[in-house]
Amino acid sequence: MTDRATLLYLDGVTVSFDGFRALNALSLILEHGEMRAVIGPNGAGKTTMMDVITGKTRPDAGQVVFGADTDLTRLDEPDIAALGIGRKFQKPTVFEPHTVWDNLLLALAGDRRPRFTLWARQSAAERDRIEAILATIRLADHRDRRAGDLSHGQKQWLEIGMLLAQEPQLLLVDEPVAGMTDAETEQTAELLREINRTRSVVVVEHDMAFVRALGVKVTVLHEGSVLSEGSIDHVSADPRVVEVYLGR
Amino acid sequence: MNLIRVLLLMFALCPFAAQAQDDPFAGLAGNYEAIRHAVEALAVSGNPNAAATVAALQAGTLFAAPDQSLWIRQGDTLTNARTGVTGTPEGDLRRVRVNNAVRRAIEEATGALTLFAPVPAKRIKAAADLFAQHDAAMLPMLERALAKETDPAVRGAIEQAYAAALLAAGVAPVTDRLAAIDVLRRRGDLDASNLLASLTNQPPQVAAAAARAVAAIARVQRLWALAQGVFYGLSLGSVLLLAAAGLAITFGVMGVINMAHGEMVMLGAYTTFLVQQAIGAYAPALAGAGVVLAVPAAFVVAGAVGIAVERLLIRFLYGRPLETLLATWGLSLALQQAVRSIFGASNRDVTSPGWMSGAAQWGGLTITFNRLYIIVFAALVVAALMAVLRFTPLGLRMRAVTQNRRMAAAMGIRTPWIDALTFGLGSGVAGMAGVALSQIDNVSPNLGQGYIIDSFMVVVFGGVGNLWGTLVSALTLGIVNKFLEPVAGAVLAKIFVLVLLILFIQRKPRGLFPLKGRAVEA
Amino acid sequence: MSRASLTLCLTMVLGGAALLALLNLVVPAGSALHVPTYTVSLFGKYLSYAMLAVAVDLVWGFAGILSLGHAAFFALGGYAMGMYLMRQIGTRGVYGNAILPDFMVFLNWKSLPWYWQGFDHPAFAIVMVLVVPGLLALVFGWLAFRSRVTGVYLSIITQALTYALLLAFFRNDMGFGGNNGLTDFKDMFGIPLHADATRDGLLVATAIFLALELLIARYVVTSRFGKVLIAVRDAESRTRFLGYRPEAYKLFVFVLSAVMAGVGGALYVPQVGIINPSEFSPANSIEAVIWVAVGGRGTLVGAVLGAVLVNLGKTFFTGALPELWLFALGAVFIMVTLVLPGGLLGLARRRAPRAVPAAPAPEPAE
Repeated sequence: MTDRATLLYLDGVTVSFDGFRALNALSLILEHGEMRAVIGPNGAGKTTMMDVITGKTRPDAGQVVFGADTDLTRLDEPDIAALGIGRKFQKPTVFEPHTVWDNLLLALAGDRRPRFTLWARQSAAERDRIEAILATIRLADHRDRRAGDLSHGQKQWLEIGMLLAQEPQLLLVDEPVAGMTDAETEQTAELLREINRTRSVVVVEHDMAFVRALGVKVTVLHEGSVLSEGSIDHVSADPRVVEVYLGR
Repeated sequence: MNLIRVLLLMFALCPFAAQAQDDPFAGLAGNYEAIRHAVEALAVSGNPNAAATVAALQAGTLFAAPDQSLWIRQGDTLTNARTGVTGTPEGDLRRVRVNNAVRRAIEEATGALTLFAPVPAKRIKAAADLFAQHDAAMLPMLERALAKETDPAVRGAIEQAYAAALLAAGVAPVTDRLAAIDVLRRRGDLDASNLLASLTNQPPQVAAAAARAVAAIARVQRLWALAQGVFYGLSLGSVLLLAAAGLAITFGVMGVINMAHGEMVMLGAYTTFLVQQAIGAYAPALAGAGVVLAVPAAFVVAGAVGIAVERLLIRFLYGRPLETLLATWGLSLALQQAVRSIFGASNRDVTSPGWMSGAAQWGGLTITFNRLYIIVFAALVVAALMAVLRFTPLGLRMRAVTQNRRMAAAMGIRTPWIDALTFGLGSGVAGMAGVALSQIDNVSPNLGQGYIIDSFMVVVFGGVGNLWGTLVSALTLGIVNKFLEPVAGAVLAKIFVLVLLILFIQRKPRGLFPLKGRAVEA
Repeated sequence: MSRASLTLCLTMVLGGAALLALLNLVVPAGSALHVPTYTVSLFGKYLSYAMLAVAVDLVWGFAGILSLGHAAFFALGGYAMGMYLMRQIGTRGVYGNAILPDFMVFLNWKSLPWYWQGFDHPAFAIVMVLVVPGLLALVFGWLAFRSRVTGVYLSIITQALTYALLLAFFRNDMGFGGNNGLTDFKDMFGIPLHADATRDGLLVATAIFLALELLIARYVVTSRFGKVLIAVRDAESRTRFLGYRPEAYKLFVFVLSAVMAGVGGALYVPQVGIINPSEFSPANSIEAVIWVAVGGRGTLVGAVLGAVLVNLGKTFFTGALPELWLFALGAVFIMVTLVLPGGLLGLARRRAPRAVPAAPAPEPAE
């Protein structure tokens, strides 16, 4: 079923909340190194899909397989994070009382167990790694600022930086450009493309201009299942997509 | 005329004639031995004047005339004991004396004689006493009583006493004994079972029937005990429900951790005390209605305090549950001390009205009225609360505000006022609970402290934001507690329940009936 | 918590205790500078309360666990010490029984229950002071954190826990002296408990243990572990998606905190001379929380400050104006939450840079 190129494989995934089907037999295949944009109206199941992949929500039915044969439905959030799936939330969630530096330090790949962190000292390698990420997310000048004091856009970027620090194979990014200026949006698209050179990315986004700028394959969700899939031009022309999402 | 004369003559001669046929009264004029025999004879004689005579003998108002006639003195009038006719005896009267043997005979006889008392309740009591004595000597009298008795309830009681005496006599035919065993089995209580178990030297079929009856009674008793346990459990559960119902609103619906909730209950109890005092001072005729009048008063007092607390304290702390917890705890300390300063630290005396005391026996079930009324009151309070939430405009607004505050505000609902009223409602309900608790618990400044942890556990166990859950949870906890009590003792039972709850919340942090869906996650 | 405030706090605790002890021991009783033994023990009590407060601050201030049952760990440590002190009485009890404590003789018990075995050895008792609260915290915390019981739910069940223990220890059948608890202690490690020098020694020992506790707590919260802990406090689910297991972090700090509280209780008992079930009362645990809130949550030093200040106030009020004490305490609860959410240290801290970040401002009403 899962050939070598497949990184993430969802088949027939169904999630119900009190009778309401948030996901309805959703199936999706993501290849290694692929960037995918997921769009859809509110309530289409985009966030629930992320919840299922990251272990926050257990599906009622269906398969979720990562890599060759890892069944994600049997793992919880920390296990899945350790496998190399990182997630950025819709609302930027950084550790506000910590500095930008400490936020990245906590996100940095490494031993997560208390017995390690209790005695851990910052290594030179860790320092270099954080410096590199700071440069990538353009927050080098803000390294000692409280994360809570950053602007909205800076928080979004810090969170992307934390994702990078995790060194995941797959990044799930929920609405990365919500509330950003046009310039920031453009820079973010550029950043994601850069990240995509080494990692697979799933981007959930409402901003069609941004999706177009990414220039990747698009999956349209509607009522918990895939309505249409293909290039941005393909799905934009699909009458069903126009009907439920884009409007005439 | 002739006929009347004959009758009068007969009447006049009657005592003598009776004496000739062994007059039961005769020995009363004799020595102690004779008196004792006479009392025993009177007990089983069925003579209509026997009861009054024995009573007079006991009271020391029975006198014998030299002509052997017996007179009962009541004030200045003398009544002939044999005939019941007032008159004047000839010669000096001598008091009939008693000794201990006679006194014992009198006591036994009084029980038997009451079998013919005019009030059915007294006859039932007498039959019950005779059942307990199950004395074979009483058989003839029981037979006579049975023949005369028309009241079915009394007949039943006498039949049981008869059956008991018959089995104790151990001489009746086997079929009669089997019938008697059947009567006792239908009686079905512990006394019947003990009597049946104590039978010895019976023919095999009788012994077997008795054993079967004992087993049958034991089964019935277990069911009654179960029912009694359920009743006690419901009673405790309704107390928990009353204490927790207000919290189900303030904590369950609004999400406010009000540690001063118990003090709202306490204020309700003190309001009951004040209402009682006021009625005692100004309208003693209404004393029986004091509790009823206290219900609205407690609702208003506690509700008003609740609204004030919400406006002055809690509204500054929305969204900060842990701070709310601490601030309301401080409030509870201050309220306790305030009540202590005003009313003193000792318990205040709230008396239950007459109609709330007493108990009814129903089969093996004892139903005390105050517990029953509390169950009914709890049911009414919860029903009213549900009705308010579901059918009134206020309830609609409350639900709107709790589900989506911003949208509710956008639709023109004054959310701050709804918050205050909701909190007032929850506090008012707590006050009403205080009225009920004042009837069964000590009214002291610490009253509320005893209920606060239980109340929170009830609400959490039932599922926050769910009044039905609170109901089920309170009753479940009440019943579980009462069934553990006989096994483990009251304190240990409570500890067990607490530990079980702690473990339960670990397994299902959202309670028995959790609210589901994405809204919960947010 | 800045290094300076920690240093100041340690100096004041250790120096103050040493000074009080010296003034009690060296200065003759007639002198104006003489400190009565009563005062020495009073401050010893405050410092053992401060140990409880630091323990509460460690879980509440840094892990967001508002434990309303921490006095239970304090009391359990106290009972473990009390049991040792009871065994030390030997034949000097009212009944002069060499094996059984007075209350067991009174209850007609014939032999020492199994769980009292070993408490005549000081080393065993000291191990129990650490193990009993730690074990309870381990079991309770493992259950609670694994099933993600958080916030007020956790507060409510910790309160239920201490309430259940309160009821249990009131029972005579439990074998801990029931209502009266354990008291009439004679000596400790062979030294007479009522001697002035012993009291001075206990005060200094408490100060040293408090200082040790502060240093350990300080190390924990400033380590990378502490950074994770603060992250868990503010955004627990986010830490999961980073691959951390918040339950492991909370459990470690909860157990550590319980052990610290237990040590505080063990030092408390010989200084006040009694331990009884009322120490388990939920009100005690909540009072400990307010000490922390008064001093400043998440500062450690503030917990010490709050515990000492509030208890000084309590001693003053219950002596001079007993009627007003609960009003005052109630007002402190309300004022601290409404007006002074950062506590006393929060006032000073606004200007100074911090080593340990503060809790974020609470979100406005939703």
